[in-house]
Amino acid sequence: MNAEVLYIQPDGTERVIGAIPGDSVMITAVRNGIGGILGQCGGSLSCATCHVFVDDHDAAGFAPISEDEDDMLDVAATDREDNSRLSCQLIVTAGQHIRVTIPKTQL
Amino acid sequence: MSTGHLLVVGAGQAGAQLISSVRTLGWDGPITLVGQEAHAPYARPPLSKALLRGAASAGSIGLRSSAFYAEQCVDLVAGERVERIDLTGAGAGTAESASGRRWRFDRLALATGARPRRLPIGGADLDRVVVLRTLDDALALAGLLGTAHDLVVIGGGFVGLEVAATAAAAGVRVTVLEMAPSILNRVVSVQTAAAVQAAHEATGIGVRTHACPVRLHTDGRGGVAAVELADGTVIPADLVLVGIGAHPDDELASAAGLRCEGGVVVDSCSRASDGYTLAIGDCANLPDPSTGASGKRLRLESVDNAVEQAKAAAATLTGDPRPYRSTPWFWSEQGRLKLQIAGLASPDDDVVIRAGKRPGQHIAFRYRGDRMSAVECLNTPADFLAVRAALAEGISLPREAVADTATALKRLQHLGRERPSYH
Repeated sequence: MNAEVLYIQPDGTERVIGAIPGDSVMITAVRNGIGGILGQCGGSLSCATCHVFVDDHDAAGFAPISEDEDDMLDVAATDREDNSRLSCQLIVTAGQHIRVTIPKTQL
Repeated sequence: MSTGHLLVVGAGQAGAQLISSVRTLGWDGPITLVGQEAHAPYARPPLSKALLRGAASAGSIGLRSSAFYAEQCVDLVAGERVERIDLTGAGAGTAESASGRRWRFDRLALATGARPRRLPIGGADLDRVVVLRTLDDALALAGLLGTAHDLVVIGGGFVGLEVAATAAAAGVRVTVLEMAPSILNRVVSVQTAAAVQAAHEATGIGVRTHACPVRLHTDGRGGVAAVELADGTVIPADLVLVGIGAHPDDELASAAGLRCEGGVVVDSCSRASDGYTLAIGDCANLPDPSTGASGKRLRLESVDNAVEQAKAAAATLTGDPRPYRSTPWFWSEQGRLKLQIAGLASPDDDVVIRAGKRPGQHIAFRYRGDRMSAVECLNTPADFLAVRAALAEGISLPREAVADTATALKRLQHLGRERPSYH
């Protein structure tokens, strides 16, 4: 079953991308030219430039936040909120429909 | 925006970013992206890690989806080596590939990258003496690692150490040889280099500094059998990885009449000596983009520079040139070791060490006088981001403050955020 990610830009613009299960929300965005998710380090938890706010209904579908990810969100360029994640750590599973909102700045 | 045909030569990280950014900024003319490898643009960092381990594949490291190029009306031409460029003025000209394909362009961007330096000693052409730069190199190396017992890595830089860690984790005996007094020579402080070396030695990797290979021995069947050092030591090896740096691929530019001095010489807006042609990424010789830069020229071989310089160059192409400003940063994952560097230190800059909270953590701050020039972090990604932000703002954290582990570095995160941004 196909998975989908809905990306919402800070200005409200939305785009749905079909995602390959096993890919991250970050790489799906980068490969498809979604602005505002940089993913400079390619998903190795080194840069915190793939910060997103995950729609509450979807948060439970992902692995819990690690200590490094948690610490890095503290220093992300846009202040974190309760539903902040680094999207390189959000691995899409088959059939998932995910909504994420992109913060104003990543650098 | 009425624009002409943009030809981008080089389909690596910088080329892929440029075509994306220039479209976003309104370039509406045709775009052709030509790369000499048979693959669509892909991420190089996994080549020495996930791809060697088998945790990633050629299909999983693409930088853009195949649909992306069609959607953006970019003609991606893989497996064609551009051999000749004729510039006819005002940035326009023609390019011709080895197979005889020709493109007329209105603007040209060179993102030709760099190629590995070869080992200038006898036996360097034996079988199983390899370099790692491309996806094909990585696939070949992954195959060889499957049967190797003794890997010798010549060169204690990022690529060599990353491969060493991956191979050791797979059960291969590994020795790293470095000619200089310490690994990561001139890249990090000797203190950080020592910490990295200790971490590798703890996993069973042998590290020899002051080690000068003079000859590779043959197994009598065309393959490598050992590496001989200047002091007479002979180290058995059925696989040798040479990781001793890279040469910029600037010959095309040079032959086209553009000024090259160890890379294509560009101004702060990424324009080559004709004032039109752009050069970005590993092949460019650019003015130091750092905050408070000295004005000296350098090449930056990093994903960060490839991406950020390409974004800045896209603005130049679309008629909004502004100097590229950035705090260069680098990262290297070596097994369980995450090394991150921000800023550019001179080798003789002072070192202030901040002890890690956990084993394996370490931060070295570099100072020139009172000015913080760089930071080197081991396994402290959040602290790294906090200090990188300070460096980007041109803020020097006082030496006494950074050495005091009671002060959290992330408290500095809210220092002014406004910086030029490119899209």
